[in-house]
Amino acid sequence: MLKDITIGQFYPTGSVIHKLDPRTKILFTTAFVVMLFVINNLWGYIASFFLLSLIIYLSKIPVGYIIRGIKGLVLIILLTVVLNLFMTPGTTIASIGPLSISLEGLKVALFMALRLIFLVMGTSIMTLTTSPIDLTDGMEWCMRFIPFVRRYAHELAMMMSIALRFIPTLMEETDRIMKAQKARGANFETGSIIARVKNLIPILVPLFISAFRRADELATAMEARCYRGGENRTRMKQLRFEKKDVGAYVVMGIMIFGIIGINMIQIPLIFPV
Amino acid sequence: MSVEIKHLSHIYSEGSPFEFRALNDITTTIEDGSFVGIIGHTGSGKSTLIQHLNGLLVPTSGTVVVDGMDVFSEKKSSLIKLRHKIGLVFQYPEHQLFEETVEKDVGFGPKNQGLSPEEIDERVRSSIKMVGLDFEEVKDKSPFELSGGQMRRVAIAGVLAMEPSVLILDEPTAGLDPRGRDEILSQIKTLHETKKITVILVSHSMEDIGKLVEKILVMNQGEIVYFDIPNRVFTEIETLEKIGLAVPEVTYLMGKLKKKYPNIREDIFTVEAAKNEILRVIRGK
Repeated sequence: MLKDITIGQFYPTGSVIHKLDPRTKILFTTAFVVMLFVINNLWGYIASFFLLSLIIYLSKIPVGYIIRGIKGLVLIILLTVVLNLFMTPGTTIASIGPLSISLEGLKVALFMALRLIFLVMGTSIMTLTTSPIDLTDGMEWCMRFIPFVRRYAHELAMMMSIALRFIPTLMEETDRIMKAQKARGANFETGSIIARVKNLIPILVPLFISAFRRADELATAMEARCYRGGENRTRMKQLRFEKKDVGAYVVMGIMIFGIIGINMIQIPLIFPV
Repeated sequence: MSVEIKHLSHIYSEGSPFEFRALNDITTTIEDGSFVGIIGHTGSGKSTLIQHLNGLLVPTSGTVVVDGMDVFSEKKSSLIKLRHKIGLVFQYPEHQLFEETVEKDVGFGPKNQGLSPEEIDERVRSSIKMVGLDFEEVKDKSPFELSGGQMRRVAIAGVLAMEPSVLILDEPTAGLDPRGRDEILSQIKTLHETKKITVILVSHSMEDIGKLVEKILVMNQGEIVYFDIPNRVFTEIETLEKIGLAVPEVTYLMGKLKKKYPNIREDIFTVEAAKNEILRVIRGK
């Protein structure tokens, strides 16, 4: 069950996308997400679909692996689609009993579903192609441009990288504790909801204890190596923009202007949108 | 209870770039009432193998048969019953303690077995005694205020309280001081002798293995290299060293002595036996 979570995982293939500067990827993804919410007609979504396909192709990550990340969100997507489908007022095109589907509702539901799917795919491509360390380095750089946050950029980035680094460790630990309690006859698979929640105590108590122990050990280890925050701290690996980053920015520019253009022109499609 | 392992293979993260073949077509039988040691380099598949024996891990192919019952074709409820029969003590078992008192924590297993309060109480008492702790002294303490060695004992007692017919221990002495190590091992030995249970001991220490077990299972890269009595395994020094293992220090010593005293025996792996053998040769018997 734990191995099904692919969001936030790094999938190394050494492709062009992997080698891009993390800052480029963060900016690109941010622009992509903003664009997804700006788009107001189907042409825009078709264009984003092609852009996304191109990036997935370039990243050499199996499509199935990215789609697996959406699986966990199927319920949320379905819920939004159903709610939008029935709750949007407008010209009725079909009705079942008291429920009716309007043309506008159909449009909103479709756009919402596409928006959510593309959003998850786009952001998971960023985490799949960027190692956690690169990602936090990039974040730190980006945070330097946000007022108020700027002062804590290094600390926030350090906290994030530590959190990311401990996700797999804690998952492993959970797995180990679960197995140990199962070996002592604990039953996590059957029983009522209350019984199952009660059964979590034998997992959570040891997990918390070990998390605190690890945090304590890490703090000691960092102090022993004279860590004292971001001031005057230099890096071994400097981030550097390269030619391929320029290429990515060109694509980003085309995307932004293209979508604004599509929004303004409003080319008519199969149904009036 | 005999444990039959049939063509067992296990692949971690199959189909992802992190795919790893941990076990490769393992077939062997661990007989009822035997004391088996498993040795192997880190990552040789020891821990993966023992987790299959009570159905915690599901194999990629192959199966395990315990007392004529196929572990992986049975229903969930009978699998849970099986886990009551096969006690598994993980590495650093003190990390799995969670209850408020030692008594409650040791009683967790028997309680899951659905025993009556009287039976639970009796089992808790006897198993705490078995691991060499004083029941009255520790029963109301929190397991977290005990010393490392005591916590380890309480955790082992938690598995013993289920009265398993097969006891599997994954490096029960890792990180303990020599005295704690000797005590725990001798208690396991006594348990094996008095209760006639099957014991499977995973260890890195050749000395411990040589001293205790009847048969040694040597693993390397997910395969069985040897499964034989210590005398025969520990004379294969070259192969063992090639797969990153060693034989007990005493065995090396006997090898060196052999150069000077050609009639000395080499297949010796405890200090006691070495002493007797050296005396035998020196006295010229």
